[in-house]
Amino acid sequence: MDVTLKIKRFDPEAADPESFWQDFTVAIDESGTVLDALIKVREDHDGTFSLRCSCRSAICGSCAMRINGHAGLACKTQASTAIKDGIITIEPAGNMPVIKDLVVNFDSFWDKINQIEPYLKPEGPEPEAEYIASNESMLHLSSVTSCIMCGACVSDCTVMEVDPTFLGPAALAKAYRFTADPRDGDANGLSKDRLEELTKPSGMWDCTRCMECVTACPKGVAPMDRIMALRDQAIEAGFTNTNGARHTEAFSDSVEHSGWLDELRLVPKSVGITNISALIGYAPIAIQALTHGKMPPIIHKKLPQSENVRKIFDKVEGPEERK
Amino acid sequence: MKYAFFPGCVSRGGCPELYPATKLICEKLDIELQEMPAASCTGAGVLQEKNQLLGDTLNARTFAMAEALDLPILTICSTCQGVMSQANHRLKDPEYLAKVNGFLAEEDLEYKGHADPKHLLWVLVEDVGLDKLLSLITRPLAGVRMAPFYGCYIVRPTDALEFEDHPDRETALEQIIETIGATVVDFEGKTRCCGFPILTINERNSMAMVAKHTLEAKELGADAMITPCPLCHLNLDSFQPKAAAQAGRPIGLPILHMPQAIGLAMGLSPNDMGLRRHIVNTTPLEVALGIPNR
Repeated sequence: MDVTLKIKRFDPEAADPESFWQDFTVAIDESGTVLDALIKVREDHDGTFSLRCSCRSAICGSCAMRINGHAGLACKTQASTAIKDGIITIEPAGNMPVIKDLVVNFDSFWDKINQIEPYLKPEGPEPEAEYIASNESMLHLSSVTSCIMCGACVSDCTVMEVDPTFLGPAALAKAYRFTADPRDGDANGLSKDRLEELTKPSGMWDCTRCMECVTACPKGVAPMDRIMALRDQAIEAGFTNTNGARHTEAFSDSVEHSGWLDELRLVPKSVGITNISALIGYAPIAIQALTHGKMPPIIHKKLPQSENVRKIFDKVEGPEERK
Repeated sequence: MKYAFFPGCVSRGGCPELYPATKLICEKLDIELQEMPAASCTGAGVLQEKNQLLGDTLNARTFAMAEALDLPILTICSTCQGVMSQANHRLKDPEYLAKVNGFLAEEDLEYKGHADPKHLLWVLVEDVGLDKLLSLITRPLAGVRMAPFYGCYIVRPTDALEFEDHPDRETALEQIIETIGATVVDFEGKTRCCGFPILTINERNSMAMVAKHTLEAKELGADAMITPCPLCHLNLDSFQPKAAAQAGRPIGLPILHMPQAIGLAMGLSPNDMGLRRHIVNTTPLEVALGIPNR
């Protein structure tokens, strides 16, 4: 099978180092992977073509790159399924500086992993013997511990694209791996210090919930779902003095009491009704919306039978949560 | 063709131009819309971050209402669509479904698992057919270069959205653009995030996203952007001036709700399509199309 690869290349030692596209056509087996094709390019066409790879079995996490615009492992992607309009488009992973061709600099990736202190931090007296965690209490962590640190999620994160300070999906999923571990934190497994740290700017609340990381992850870690779980843990632990937590609570209150969203009141409730400077910042937009007839209804009417919605909140959340 | 209509919160709130525009084009397309006035908000993914079971129960309640009407659900919001599809995907598990139905019993509702919520975008491509749409186009948007902007929830995750069974969903918006006579401007940002969910949490990042996508489309020659998501519209249109100020560059890219673009191509007036409610002026686009300004 002939495969044409359109590869984004970069040579830092060129006279004028700028990225450029180059096409290669190589012959591989019908069942061959994108990585097989890339290795053929290096071996048969251009020995200077650079890429990272090792295990060829989706275990080592070396060959994450953008395949047809989306991050994935080259060794886990069958070439025949990746061909679009006769070609496979290959680019280096995003959100990390390119060193050469498909090799990117992972320094910022590791910095963020280190930032969340990726080790157990138990509080209180050390256990006298081995700390045994039950199978049941660890089972739910099996997907998140499957992370192979390939950087695919970071490559496609839409927040990191505009804000390099965001902790990002890999580090936040890793943080969840500890906050949800019964051995981390206090005697009840509550990792209060971690959660407090993660509620700060550039942490859990900065995720847009765009799901790019869930799609990109080749190992089913679903980083965004872990970030959502972190948010729930943070609210449960009482870290509610953030715009993110207030937004979630205000949204939930509105649906509970009227059946639908009161957009007008969501903004002040999210930024905090005493946060005058932020509220003044929204004034020009509110006035513009008003003059264009784009304002949500001033009087937010309840939906018919909204009391049934409220009853569902009561039943699902249970009397304990309702206090 | 008749559907149980789920307009979502924003088409009756921050984007009040979307609801009437949808009604008008559906009338022309012989799509009958029956409202479900008691159907609640989907939770938009926000409620789900607090309690997924609660969100899924509210959506199952809506699905049960549609089943009682014996009608498929039609949505006009990428976010509503995605949240409903994800809930429906989880509710395929009979044990989970039974648990959720337990919460609905008091209201005498039961979700049997047959709902198939569909965005108007998909309804047009899969149920109505582009031939029928084409037959109603009286004023093709010829010469207009239009950038598609899908909204995250109508493109990810592909399993819940059943892209494998419906491969057209991946390019549905481009197909609409071509059918109404405009030219597609393909750009990287089309399936990225508009930034709306973090507007009140990290406005700087949210505005940076608006500027990034609108400027990218403009640089590729787009005259307008078209979106099936009112939440994206809120950020890309209402907050575009703020995003431009932050970026230090003018933008001025009109953002059309998908039904508005279709309506214009069907000969409906800019006023009927609610274009006067937009923050970014759409007049240059109307002038280019030779649409009288009234």
